[in-house]
Amino acid sequence: MTTIATPLTQTGAHAHTPSARVRRRLTSHGASLIAIVIALLWTTPTFGLFLSSFRPEDQIKQTGWWTFFADPQLTLENYQSVLFGTSSSSGQMASFLINSLVITIPSVLFPVALAVFAAYALSWLDFRGRDWIYIGIFALQVVPLQMALVPLLSFFSQGVELFGVTVLPAWDLEGPARFIQVWFAHTCFALPLGVFLLHNFMSELPGSLIEAARVDGATHGKILRTIVFPLVVPAIAALGIFQFLWVWNDLLVALIFAGGTADSAPMTVRLAQMAGTRGNEWQRLTAGAFVSIIVPLIVFLSAQRYFVRGLLAGGIKG
Amino acid sequence: MSLLSRPARLTAIAAGVGLALVATGCGSTETSTPSAGSSVSEECAPFAEYGSFAGKTVSIYSPIRDTEADLFEQAWAPFAKCTGMKITYEGTGEFEAQIQVRADAGNPPDIAFFPQPGLLERFAKAGKLKPASDKVKQLTEQNWSPDWAKYATVDNVFYGAPLGASVKSFVWYSPKMFQEKGWAIPKTWDELMALSDTIAATGIKPWCAGIESGDATGWPATDWIEDVILRELGPEEYDNWVAHKLAFNDPKVVAAVDKVGAILKNEKYVNGGYGPVKSIASTAFQEGGVPITEGKCALHRQASFYSNFWPEGTKVAEDGDVFAFYLPGNDPAKKPVLGAGEFVAAFADRPEVQAVQAYLAGKEFPNTRMKLATYVSANKGVDLANAQNPIDKLSMEILQDPNTIFRFDGSDLMPAAVGAGTFWKGMTDWINGKDTKSTLDFIEASWPKS
Repeated sequence: MTTIATPLTQTGAHAHTPSARVRRRLTSHGASLIAIVIALLWTTPTFGLFLSSFRPEDQIKQTGWWTFFADPQLTLENYQSVLFGTSSSSGQMASFLINSLVITIPSVLFPVALAVFAAYALSWLDFRGRDWIYIGIFALQVVPLQMALVPLLSFFSQGVELFGVTVLPAWDLEGPARFIQVWFAHTCFALPLGVFLLHNFMSELPGSLIEAARVDGATHGKILRTIVFPLVVPAIAALGIFQFLWVWNDLLVALIFAGGTADSAPMTVRLAQMAGTRGNEWQRLTAGAFVSIIVPLIVFLSAQRYFVRGLLAGGIKG
Repeated sequence: MSLLSRPARLTAIAAGVGLALVATGCGSTETSTPSAGSSVSEECAPFAEYGSFAGKTVSIYSPIRDTEADLFEQAWAPFAKCTGMKITYEGTGEFEAQIQVRADAGNPPDIAFFPQPGLLERFAKAGKLKPASDKVKQLTEQNWSPDWAKYATVDNVFYGAPLGASVKSFVWYSPKMFQEKGWAIPKTWDELMALSDTIAATGIKPWCAGIESGDATGWPATDWIEDVILRELGPEEYDNWVAHKLAFNDPKVVAAVDKVGAILKNEKYVNGGYGPVKSIASTAFQEGGVPITEGKCALHRQASFYSNFWPEGTKVAEDGDVFAFYLPGNDPAKKPVLGAGEFVAAFADRPEVQAVQAYLAGKEFPNTRMKLATYVSANKGVDLANAQNPIDKLSMEILQDPNTIFRFDGSDLMPAAVGAGTFWKGMTDWINGKDTKSTLDFIEASWPKS
């Protein structure tokens, strides 16, 4: 990790370059003040939502959250009904929370693992057509995932048939087995960006490192494990966080591949249903939103370091 | 079951429906005489005719979710238990888009509850839906007015029975306020306008409305327009208008829309409790009628389901805090009613799927469902004594009235580009100050060609 960080600080250290000037301005008192104001402005609605989630139903529906200070009334009822309600009408969020975790964790691990292998092969293995494959993967990012939804769903539900010959039978997944569909879909959709991101990072590693390892007789597996992997951890972490947030907040893919039952649907699907057929139970949304925010918040705060570093690694290069 | 035996069995079942229902009647809780088949427990007797489907699963996909979905599941639980089948229910807020994706990908549910006949028609024409069984057809003819059955018939093929219903031609008011001030419920449109003037003279703005509804902002205004067109032009012309045989900007339509404008765009009449005319566009439809409970507004035109939106503790009854009256037309003898509902159409024709369809089309289901909580069905077999609140009762009285001419919410029948697009948007612009003619020209121009 340090090997990556050092060159970055060095490039920024030249005192009279334009980037140094920018840096100086960005760290001045005025800039700090502006940053604080922006942060306050951005946090206020979230804070209001948070406060609302503790207010009683009729108060949420009738008055704004700021009136809380004039007439403070707190209740945990919203959370109670959202998290542990036994009927599907009042939440059961707890079981959907578990579904969300079951969907998200593999949907992060699979694409990240595959992308690491693919990126390594595309940057350090010499084989014919390598660049074309890379360009192909790169180009796939352009394809919107919405286009692939119907074909992919039909691939699961009807299998693949070519000229009347069944190449692959239908998967016929029901109930909790539908998680497999969701993992598969998220993995597919995440790979182009993942490979691209990690490839950028890996191909920047000094070639002499890899060569030295080769001379010492290391196999590709060994090189990936002991040399490349530790060096690209920030990028992997950044990709992991991106993917985590994307999958956690995803509604579209989950709706189509996981369905809307408590067997397999994640929390986003539940949130979308929670307000009732005609949206008259929207007071639950405040608490529901906070339950769904809390996990990504923990992930983001605990891995924030990597997140920022991963972003910089993509942007500053060149 | 062999194919040959099916018709014979179906007639037997059909004959049995009436008998079973007579036997159970509405008082299924009373101890009735033991049924003929001693092997069948009393609880399961009403369902014996549907057959036994142990281990079979039927999936239902629908836009109805949350509390109402729970109540559905509760209502059909005995049926599922007695026939041995499992009914998996899935409610979603993205029904219209999702059902298309699932049908295209060859992964449709067994049964879907379509809230828009237009959508049902599209799937029927694409050959995705299976025609309803003879039994379902017969039950529908028996239990629903032809107006209803028509909406699930595409190219003379019948696809499924209606399920729930809502009556849209209602004006909410406060019985207490009316009594105190000595106002009477208007029986004609002219009386309604006269009443509005009377109320306006007392300093209260008579009408309140709200048409904000997220992506669907504008729909409550389209209901207004439909209701008035149905009254002004009559049911036949209404059908023509919906089918675009009558242009959207026809002078007759313009006149009808202006009639709505005389209320909704009249600064003297609106927007009680909220502000000027333009506040209609920014007021959430859920809150549109709430000022009635605060005495700041007297009239609010909204469907029967608005009873769910009153603040907690509001008594919805003829002698309560709020109630509704039928939105009158020009001629008190004619009762055109605008409404909406769902249709139960199937993507599969397995016997268990048809059994569920038949069960939902019968009298047993709506009566069971009504006993649980608020529910309105246009099924003629429902016992009004089971209605959970006065507004449901009033809705069903109107729906069952033989003089009622029922018409489905037109925006649900029009092509989605108009019915769920430019019509909503046009009405929002109209409220915001655009004139009637150019609004209707805009909607007319957006009607899909071909």
